[in-house]
Amino acid sequence: MGLLSKKDTKLILDPLADDNPITIQVLGICSALAITAQLKPSIVMAVSVIFVLGIGNVVISLMRNIIPSKIRIIVQLIVVATLVIIVDQVLKAFAYELSKELSVFIGLIITNCIIMGRFEAFALGNGPWRSFLDGVGNALGYGVILIIVGFFRELLGSGTLFGIKVLGDSVEKTGLYAIGYENNGFMVLPPMALIVVGIIIWIQRSRNKALIEEN
Amino acid sequence: MLEHIELFFKSIFVDNMVFAYFLGMCSYLAVSKKVSTAVGLGAAVIFVLTVTVPLNWFLDQYILQEGALAWLDGNRETPELSKYADYDLSFLSFILFIATIATMVQLVEIIVEKFSPSLYNSLGIFLPLIAVNCAILGGSLFMQSREIETAGLALNYGFSSGIGWFIAIVAIAAIREKIRYSNVPAPLRGLGITFIITGLMAIGFMSFGGMLTGGDDEAPKPETNTAVEVPKEEKKIESDNETAQAVVSENNQ
Repeated sequence: MGLLSKKDTKLILDPLADDNPITIQVLGICSALAITAQLKPSIVMAVSVIFVLGIGNVVISLMRNIIPSKIRIIVQLIVVATLVIIVDQVLKAFAYELSKELSVFIGLIITNCIIMGRFEAFALGNGPWRSFLDGVGNALGYGVILIIVGFFRELLGSGTLFGIKVLGDSVEKTGLYAIGYENNGFMVLPPMALIVVGIIIWIQRSRNKALIEEN
Repeated sequence: MLEHIELFFKSIFVDNMVFAYFLGMCSYLAVSKKVSTAVGLGAAVIFVLTVTVPLNWFLDQYILQEGALAWLDGNRETPELSKYADYDLSFLSFILFIATIATMVQLVEIIVEKFSPSLYNSLGIFLPLIAVNCAILGGSLFMQSREIETAGLALNYGFSSGIGWFIAIVAIAAIREKIRYSNVPAPLRGLGITFIITGLMAIGFMSFGGMLTGGDDEAPKPETNTAVEVPKEEKKIESDNETAQAVVSENNQ
């Protein structure tokens, strides 16, 4: 671990499981659920958030001593909005179809609570390198959940992954469909995203009793 | 008139901010432990959405859209004659919308504090939170992407989406107050069960989907919006510090 000290590694690894922004800190759910009906948009969203949060944390951390605390929310919003515009324009230029599919949800990264939450809780009090690691770590934790949800919803809902029919062809009855398997059309509808996240929380907290909430 | 009625019910039930688009989920989950605080936040969201969506509509129409700047040299009616016809500033919409929202929230806070201290006491704590509520920015972005035509419709859209959000948060808060007495499996307690209930509520709200498509003899009746006529309660602000954490998450470093 030449580059990363033990503490730094913790910054990256903690948010992946025991301090996950979605399932534990309850941040950033807004944009997380709507775009997870398929795997590809989930991954694009995860990558966008990694970019925005990583860079944003560094910028805020560099400016932390010159931002007057009264207007810091607006300063933070402007920094995020600028980064999100970059992401949005890049997507429009290189992946137009996908950016149509994600529609307003790229814009909603601005108000993603993970971003403001990490700015407030970490970047305003720590140096740039640690803030960068914290940003990337939390965005990764967010991305992991997104990808898990996207994976199950696409697999069970449409029987595909990245649009490739992994379970056989439902029309010609090959693969699993030959023995009577049916797609669960419910999985692609919005409510199932909530329930899948609920189940992830259930599994995670059953494995780690320390996370169970008081009633 | 008819389009107003249609948009109104559509935004509340069919395109509900929470159940159809998951907007504003963070504060929805964090502030829904008690009905009284939920009512306060819901009212603040209605208020801010009603103000910001029409404002952003004007920004969109007169500054951001392609050719929108034509009014600068007096060619509002015939944009193609204007020398600004080719200007398309829509890539700036995120930053302009969020700036409007943040400023409006601050402004509203100051005005309310000055003129109605009692309202300020009930809403005040929630107002700063709202600047980063996805539902607010989402309202403006949907307004833009759905190309809402008139300022009146934009106002209607902002107001009715706010009501939809209000209904959602008050309903979940009421359920959570009751569920405290139930025997929920330990790992599901708190967050987990809230997610699953929200999912079930969303399934329920999907049944409104056919409400506006069945025939064109209008008069959509909003049956059974289940006991969310909440009396205007006098606020209790004790538990508000927990709400503040929704955005300014605890400084644990």
